[in-house]
Amino acid sequence: MTDTFSKTTDVPQETEARLERIRTGLAKRHAREKRFRLYGVLAIAAALAFVAILFAMILSKGLPAFQQASLSLPVTFSEELIEVDPKPVREAGQSAADFQAASLRWQRDVTLINWNRVLENAVRTIAPDVEIETRDLQSIIDNGERFKLRDAFVADPSILGRAIQMDVLASADVDNWLKGNINRDLPDAQQQLSADARALADRLYEEGHIRMAFAWHIFTNTDSRSAPASAGLAGAFMGSLYMMLVVIVLAVPIGVASAIYLEEFAPKNRLTDLIEVNINNLAAVPSIVFGLLGAAVFINYFRLPLSAPIVGGLVLTLMTLPTIIIATRSALRAVPPSLRQAALGLGASKTQTVFHHVLPVTYPGILTATIIGVAQALGETAPLLLIGMNAFVAAVPGSPFEQSTALPVQIFLWQGNENRNFFEARTSAAIIVLLALMISLNAIAIFLRSRLERRR
Amino acid sequence: MKTFILAASAAALAIAASAGIATAQSRDTIQIAGSSTVLPFASIVAEEFGNAFPEFKTPVVGSGGSGGGLRQFCEGTGENTIDIANSSRRIRAGEVEACNAAGVNDILEVQIGYDGIVFAVSADKADFALEPVHVFKAIAAQVPVDGEMVANTYTNWNEIDPSLPDQPIAMAIPASNHGTREVFEERVLHAGCEAAELPEMEEEAMEEACVALRQDVVIEIAGDYTETLARLQSNPDTVGVFGLSFYDQNRDTLKVATMSGVTPSLETIASGEYPVSRPLYFYVKGEHIGVIPGLEEYVAFFLSDQMAGAGGALEAAGMIPAPEEETAEVQSRFDAKEAITADQL
Repeated sequence: MTDTFSKTTDVPQETEARLERIRTGLAKRHAREKRFRLYGVLAIAAALAFVAILFAMILSKGLPAFQQASLSLPVTFSEELIEVDPKPVREAGQSAADFQAASLRWQRDVTLINWNRVLENAVRTIAPDVEIETRDLQSIIDNGERFKLRDAFVADPSILGRAIQMDVLASADVDNWLKGNINRDLPDAQQQLSADARALADRLYEEGHIRMAFAWHIFTNTDSRSAPASAGLAGAFMGSLYMMLVVIVLAVPIGVASAIYLEEFAPKNRLTDLIEVNINNLAAVPSIVFGLLGAAVFINYFRLPLSAPIVGGLVLTLMTLPTIIIATRSALRAVPPSLRQAALGLGASKTQTVFHHVLPVTYPGILTATIIGVAQALGETAPLLLIGMNAFVAAVPGSPFEQSTALPVQIFLWQGNENRNFFEARTSAAIIVLLALMISLNAIAIFLRSRLERRR
Repeated sequence: MKTFILAASAAALAIAASAGIATAQSRDTIQIAGSSTVLPFASIVAEEFGNAFPEFKTPVVGSGGSGGGLRQFCEGTGENTIDIANSSRRIRAGEVEACNAAGVNDILEVQIGYDGIVFAVSADKADFALEPVHVFKAIAAQVPVDGEMVANTYTNWNEIDPSLPDQPIAMAIPASNHGTREVFEERVLHAGCEAAELPEMEEEAMEEACVALRQDVVIEIAGDYTETLARLQSNPDTVGVFGLSFYDQNRDTLKVATMSGVTPSLETIASGEYPVSRPLYFYVKGEHIGVIPGLEEYVAFFLSDQMAGAGGALEAAGMIPAPEEETAEVQSRFDAKEAITADQL
């Protein structure tokens, strides 16, 4: 009895001690939580800082490339320099083949006209007092611009003998010089342009004949090596577009169908377990392996063409399939069983249940998976290198079977271009275009998902 | 969504069907692959070819290095194989045999001009006046000391020769997938090896000793020259091996070293004064002539004065044109369609 009494008198002391312990412990726990929150904030801040640095670097390097030095010239299509027969017209009785041959011959003749001389004269008319050698003068205009003159003439031969104000691109070296991409204090021996050409470029820039114009040709031209200033992304863009079409057309139906079968119809046994494990493994296989497979199977065995978007699309389909299957399955799994039970209870068949009631609920999930898969495929480079899509292609592909590059591969190719001063900016510009595409794809995914979810 | 899936599967079938049709249709674009040294030149010609010949499509030029290109070239004949392999070295007997085994018998050789290999450092570094023997002593695994081969212990260039700058030894050289490596070994390492007066040894051991490199100061670059340039930027002490045209386009950041007292330039390489230069080639698959449209025209256009000739577009891009008689002979040999055989090499 005394024992219990003494204990009860001890109670307040013990409670005090316990409370004290709890209090210190509580302080520790609170501190721990605070620390953890701080770590979280720091982690996010670090991640954001890295992203910000990346974007700042790409934007600061790439944005100037969208403005490019361009010359505005009064081009005289003088009869002395442009000596060529009139454009052939199909005469009565002339066979199609003959006419074709005649117009090809005419086009060849037109191409062989010394358009550079025409351009040179145009520059000399706006800077009449400058003494400069032909070679130096021509080095300020992009090499491919003569074809702009040719195309204008072919489109309308009646401009012969007239002067027309035309915008032509300045050469990559002039662009570097005017933008300061090359150190302006370097001696002549280390400069790309001769002293005369540099002086002329500066003068034309001051007089407003050369100005920085928005470089639309980045979007409309294909890659170019003989005329680097006019290199653009059109070919690579079309290549990527074809590949994405192939991916969507093949990966979505196959992926969704296999996910539905595996999730809703397939019996649960060892075989389906094995399949499931393999699909998950497939999603983790490095993309270069798919490239090797593509080269061995599609090109060597099925004899599909080299460097063609169809092969790229097939390879990327293989890569995207597991992503779509896994995402679709988890979307199906998230549908509450009550929905299925209700449909079955009302007498719907298994197929009706799936297609009328379960599948519509999963559209947002499938859609998101598709778009994320496609965005991933859009940025994939490694497998494309192995199927020859890293070739230099100077034409826009007309079908998925024609040779082409892709956007990420174009970035890789420009990164390796020997004209570093010019192509460093161009590479970043291409990255900006690719990033913009990715961001818009993801934005579309978010928008569609929220819309579909709201409708539900 | 259901209709979409149906439509999509219909489209999938359509694509699969058209795949069948398209492969039955013949390819009408010339397909080229190979040396990254020749690639810029071949791309320029391809582009101009597409412009000058409206009836042909613009050829497609891939890379992969001389060895990679020739391997692809020798995979066989048919539309899914390439028509032309660019190479910065001559084809090897083994490669011709591999080609013949795969059914490629008409290998037509076209020599297009010359390229110089230069040694360059970052523009803010000291001048280098190199001799082949300096390079050999800097990077060989073993060097002769008092008539015996000992492990290479040089750490700075001025230890090899007092005329060289006091700078740690580091070199970025092309890896063996590049044709440039062969020229580098032949013209620089072997020459340096001879000058270094190695002690008496058997021929094979000598051969071995000449090209065995120490791995601590040598970086082998498997990619292109931009990778070499990146090495120079990350370690400014590195001496890099570049093609003349690459150096020419990056003169603002690179400084070239003289070799045996000669500064590399279009003129000194064309005259043969500068020792480290090599001919550039491409190989045409004779079996594809007449099947793939435009092959003969492409070769003739490549060798024409406005492209490979003196003052042509390729000279402006940094290739050294071959003398006119040489080019004429190359063209006539191509016209005669004399295939190259393994025992010629």
